[in-house]
Amino acid sequence: MSALRRTAYITGVVMLCAWVLVPIYLVALGAFGGRLGAFKWPKTILPTEVSIAAFMAFVRIEGVWNAALNSLIAAGLTMLFSLALGAPAGYALARYTFRGQDAFRLLVLLTRAFPLAMLALPLTVLFIRVGLYDTPLGVSLVHTALALPFAALVTASLFAGIPRELEEAAWVFGCTRVEAFRKVVVPLALPGLTAAAIFAFVISWNEVFAASVLTVRERTLTAYLLTVLSESPLHFRLAGGFLLIVPSVAFLFAVRKYLFAMWGIANR
Amino acid sequence: MSGQRLPYLLIAPAVIFLATFFLLPLVQTIALSFTGSSGFGGENYARMLSDLNFVITIRNTFLLVVTVVPVQVALALIMGTMLQKMGRGRGLVLWIWTIPLGVSDLAAGLVWLAVLQDSGYLNSALYALGLIDGPRSWLNAEAPVTLFVGVVAAEVWRATAIVLVILVAGLQLVPKEYGEAAEVFGASAWVKFRKITLPLLKPSLQSALILRTVLAFEVFAVVYAIGGRDMPILVGEAYTWQHDNQNYGVAAAYAVLIMAISLAATLVYLKALRVRPEQQP
Amino acid sequence: MTRFAALIAAIALFAPIATRAQDVVFLSTQLRPIEEAQKVRDVLLKGAPKTTYVTEEPAQLTVRLKAEQDAGKRTVSLVGALHGELQPLVPMGALEPLDDVAAKLSDRGIPANLITLAKLGTDKLMYIPWMQATYVMVVRKDALAHLPAGADVNALTYAQLAAWGKAIQEKTGQRRIGFPAGPKGLFARFLQGNLYPSYTASMVSEYRSAEAEAMWGEFKALWATVNPNSTKYDFMQEALLEGQVWIAWDHIARVKEALAAMPEKFLVVPPPAGPNGRAYMPVIAGFGIVKGAPNRAGAVALIEHLTKPATQTATASEVGFFPVVDASLPADLPPAVKLLADGIAKTQTAKDAVVALLPVGLGAKGGEFNKVYFDTFQRIVLRGENIKTVLDAESATLRAIINETRAPCWAPDKPSEGPCPVK
Repeated sequence: MSALRRTAYITGVVMLCAWVLVPIYLVALGAFGGRLGAFKWPKTILPTEVSIAAFMAFVRIEGVWNAALNSLIAAGLTMLFSLALGAPAGYALARYTFRGQDAFRLLVLLTRAFPLAMLALPLTVLFIRVGLYDTPLGVSLVHTALALPFAALVTASLFAGIPRELEEAAWVFGCTRVEAFRKVVVPLALPGLTAAAIFAFVISWNEVFAASVLTVRERTLTAYLLTVLSESPLHFRLAGGFLLIVPSVAFLFAVRKYLFAMWGIANR
Repeated sequence: MSGQRLPYLLIAPAVIFLATFFLLPLVQTIALSFTGSSGFGGENYARMLSDLNFVITIRNTFLLVVTVVPVQVALALIMGTMLQKMGRGRGLVLWIWTIPLGVSDLAAGLVWLAVLQDSGYLNSALYALGLIDGPRSWLNAEAPVTLFVGVVAAEVWRATAIVLVILVAGLQLVPKEYGEAAEVFGASAWVKFRKITLPLLKPSLQSALILRTVLAFEVFAVVYAIGGRDMPILVGEAYTWQHDNQNYGVAAAYAVLIMAISLAATLVYLKALRVRPEQQP
Repeated sequence: MTRFAALIAAIALFAPIATRAQDVVFLSTQLRPIEEAQKVRDVLLKGAPKTTYVTEEPAQLTVRLKAEQDAGKRTVSLVGALHGELQPLVPMGALEPLDDVAAKLSDRGIPANLITLAKLGTDKLMYIPWMQATYVMVVRKDALAHLPAGADVNALTYAQLAAWGKAIQEKTGQRRIGFPAGPKGLFARFLQGNLYPSYTASMVSEYRSAEAEAMWGEFKALWATVNPNSTKYDFMQEALLEGQVWIAWDHIARVKEALAAMPEKFLVVPPPAGPNGRAYMPVIAGFGIVKGAPNRAGAVALIEHLTKPATQTATASEVGFFPVVDASLPADLPPAVKLLADGIAKTQTAKDAVVALLPVGLGAKGGEFNKVYFDTFQRIVLRGENIKTVLDAESATLRAIINETRAPCWAPDKPSEGPCPVK
């Protein structure tokens, strides 16, 4: 790459990183800026007073650690269920042309095409009757329904990009279908599976509505904080928002390398 | 195991799951949308269509989707290609670019409101640079264009990572040799991109477009935070009828409308970007 | 990986089994902000039976209670909510009559008019009043410099308010009057409880009278001096703290933050008066016991605890909601609460004060009732439609709602036989 193109490239990358990070920094500024910091005019880039009072207040709220645990459980289960249901479906959509495949795609998307808030009443009644009301498991089931389109469609597009011949070659060499899948397809599809898992986790973690409607005592952290904060002063809302970002971002950091294929179709 | 039955067996768990936990409540809600105070009929739909906000709502929602989706796909393609070329630091940059995924849409709305509001960071920056001499309103009803741009900016910031993650996973599978062969024959970077990368990226593009468009019709918290009543959108109206006006029938009618529009858009994508298994390498 | 998954599954399945059957689940739409909720748990519930205090967005309250009712299994025992939020629960049959509880509390001195309100249009007591509040005007002292000559800030008229707003706009270049006309703002209550009664001496029946037409014309002129961000404001405290707004109208809980942060900068004054008086709307929050509650005895004990004069006084000092029982306010209230208490006292004792009550008997149509007022405002003031046309159209909707719910008139309208007529 010529020097000019290289400079342009690096500038582009840096600017895009800044574009992402500056608003996060601003949330932190508001979260740590103390009660009235959010109301100053003009706002300053550097904090004038730093206060962790808002965060201490959160830590002291009754039930906040329980809520955090519920969030983790729900997100973990959502990842598990959505991959277990979505990846096989994705494989079927990618490898086979079968009647009803478009209908299945539409069915899977239905959970995102219909605003979940409208289903509050019938869903809650169903969950109470089945005994899933007020449990992280129940919440994770609704979140799985929300994450399923991602799991199915993203894995489908990934499997579609992996040549059939690789699997067939593995069969020729004596692997069973499952072994071929595990040894040949999965390493190549890992970025897609990771993407699906990431979506499942963040969808579950950030979801507010189902988590607050379907629970009374066992709220997730997000539902708990965001319902508590909806009328609270601004710096609390920013602090709550910031607090909720931290675990998601930590998770994304932990799995980032899986978004890159371990060995590509051609050696990279 | 016959090849004919296998795909149905693979999708069966998902179908059963959705039928139990989703289809049942969905059908109940659709039935509700057709139930007015005088029994079965289109009363709720009539109410919805004649509401004073209806036309504006439809216009705002479509305008938003038609603007945001292409911008995000283009941006994600650029970002994905940049990542392909990167050596060290690739993991770090990808992580930074996916951070917005971890931000809930409520928090995203809040932070962009903090940036764009009268006493916000944008005005503070402009003021410090001497470009304005007092807080300027970008977001109220008297400035509909800047309000729209603000909402688009917030949505693009929040959700481009969704498209990016899908496309990055797909870009991994484009074999390097094709691009190298094209270079040998003198193809420019743009031609390489258009004729080799894009077609091979079609399955991922189709997934990304479908998912992003369906989600775009559902956009709510960000617009609600930044626009309030000045920019009514479909999901916002459904929410208002459900929670403020407490009329579940009309709310259900809005929800059914949203669903119909999203499904129609999906069908368009499925037909236009049809990916045949045989076409894959 | 699989062991981890199994562990999570085990915890998930068994987590809720922890036996908490002895406590009372108290679901409240009031006192939701984080600090207020913490005060409820730490201070107000001290000495009460074991309670799990859960806050809920008002919109979800009806959904949750209906779902628990449809499914036949109740978790919530006690509900704390506004009068208007408890109203839709009556046609649903979700509330138990509380006449026996009221009998136990007869020595607390709950005013008779609150008891009447608490019947929610039926002949039985459906909720026990918990605390009261109202809507006030908050004025930043900076604005006093532009007050029109001869106007008393504690006895303004709408005409004077408009002139004041205009003066501020001319002198400072900004429009600094604010109303909570945002998606979650309570602006409809302003129209119902302040504007309409002050001009037309009614809330419902004179909806499209000549006085109403004049009123909308004047209000439209006033709106030219109102900050256009008002259609985004859900609660006024933030705009007040930022200085975007100098004169605001809102519920006391939604301005408290500003008063608490900078009490020396603000005044709380009565709302403006129109040709027919200075109207204001008291807001009542109450306790309802859910039909089929898992712990009715605990809920009753909790009600008794929270209506004790000592607890009511503490409620006022800690969270700024005022007592419904015979309880005197301490002399050493926090500055914000003192400002509010003074402002409310001035409002209630004003010579031309008119009480506009919360709608009664609207059942599940309370939300659509509010929508009529807000839509009228939107069409006339924001979209500039012809006043008479809009009033004729919207009054038809109003009439339909009243006739469907058969709600009789309430103050300030004269009592009626049958549904309140919309002339």
